[in-house]
Amino acid sequence: MVALTLPKNSKVRQGKTWPKPEGATNLREYRIYRWSPDDGENPRIDTYYVDTDDCGPMVLDALLWIKNKVDPTLTLRRSCREGICGSCAMNIDGTNTLACTKGADEISGAVKIYPLPHMPVVKDLVPDLTVPYTQLTTIQPYLQTVSPPPEKEWLQSHDDRAKLDGLYECILCFCCQTSCPSYWWNGDRYLGPAVLLQAYRWLIDSRDEATGERLDNLEDPFRLYRCHTIMNCTQACPKGLNPAKAIAEIKKMMVERRV
Amino acid sequence: MTEMRTPLRKVRGLGTAREGTGHFWRIRVTSVALIILTLYFLGFVISLNGAGYETVRAALARPFAALMMGLFVLVGLVHMRLGMQEIIEDYIHAEGQKLALLILSIFFCVAVGVASIFALLKLTLGG
Repeated sequence: MVALTLPKNSKVRQGKTWPKPEGATNLREYRIYRWSPDDGENPRIDTYYVDTDDCGPMVLDALLWIKNKVDPTLTLRRSCREGICGSCAMNIDGTNTLACTKGADEISGAVKIYPLPHMPVVKDLVPDLTVPYTQLTTIQPYLQTVSPPPEKEWLQSHDDRAKLDGLYECILCFCCQTSCPSYWWNGDRYLGPAVLLQAYRWLIDSRDEATGERLDNLEDPFRLYRCHTIMNCTQACPKGLNPAKAIAEIKKMMVERRV
Repeated sequence: MTEMRTPLRKVRGLGTAREGTGHFWRIRVTSVALIILTLYFLGFVISLNGAGYETVRAALARPFAALMMGLFVLVGLVHMRLGMQEIIEDYIHAEGQKLALLILSIFFCVAVGVASIFALLKLTLGG
């Protein structure tokens, strides 16, 4: 059901304001969502001040600065710090993006950070992505063939390879998935933009022989057709990809095979 | 509370409905038709602005005008029903409520359609 208000135990409260670092001249304010499963408390927004002269330029740098120097309990995922692993996806300044590729200077005023929207929270900025990962497995994101394997590799023309551009770059950070209102309301049945972009990546692959079965698996009012071209996905994607277009292409294939 | 069902069980759910493209296609086709029909309808209404009952009736007595009006109503209602279905499926998740609203929206569209066509026939054929 559409949730316009948060449940009582999820209402976000004003949290603690941590002391400003001593001797710092350039400060940046960070307001960060905090929630722990262990204390039975409601989520809260803590305010931190980061010494920008002592800290790297990205939002992830600031988060790690806070974790190292102010509050070691601040919990977040991160790994590659260069936009290729997708771990540090979170909602920064109202948009889902990667903390490691978002410059703090791109944001005016206090930097507000929340976990990815509408996902269960494990702790602080760490969302539980079990459902989207499981949805990804259902579209079988790997090459499927029936023909006997060739002696070397499956060949593909340059033109066919070019069709995968704008699709293969997806790092599965789920910024698009969790920005989609349709996915918020029907995430249990709608596959969502990230998973559908992956589905299209295999549908359009000239080497794959399971196109029909793949389409069969998506032929459903909820799995595919909950997409109403809202375009939040495309706007959010930190890699500049266009999941909305990929979904539109799937719909075109669906029509193509029946008219 | 421990969740005993696996995530895959939840995600697979009841499987695919094996339809959905028909609905998508009908929405598109009716949209295209409605561009033409709505333009005609607007032109028709504007051209009769301020005209009396007899003039309107005479205009609607022309077969082409009557057919276009009938189509506008019918195609518009089909489009509305399909659109309402999408909205209900998007926002209403209690199965009972959803079913009731889907049925109501069908009844509503049929009722409006029947009444409109009856009115149109009465105007067109006189009586």
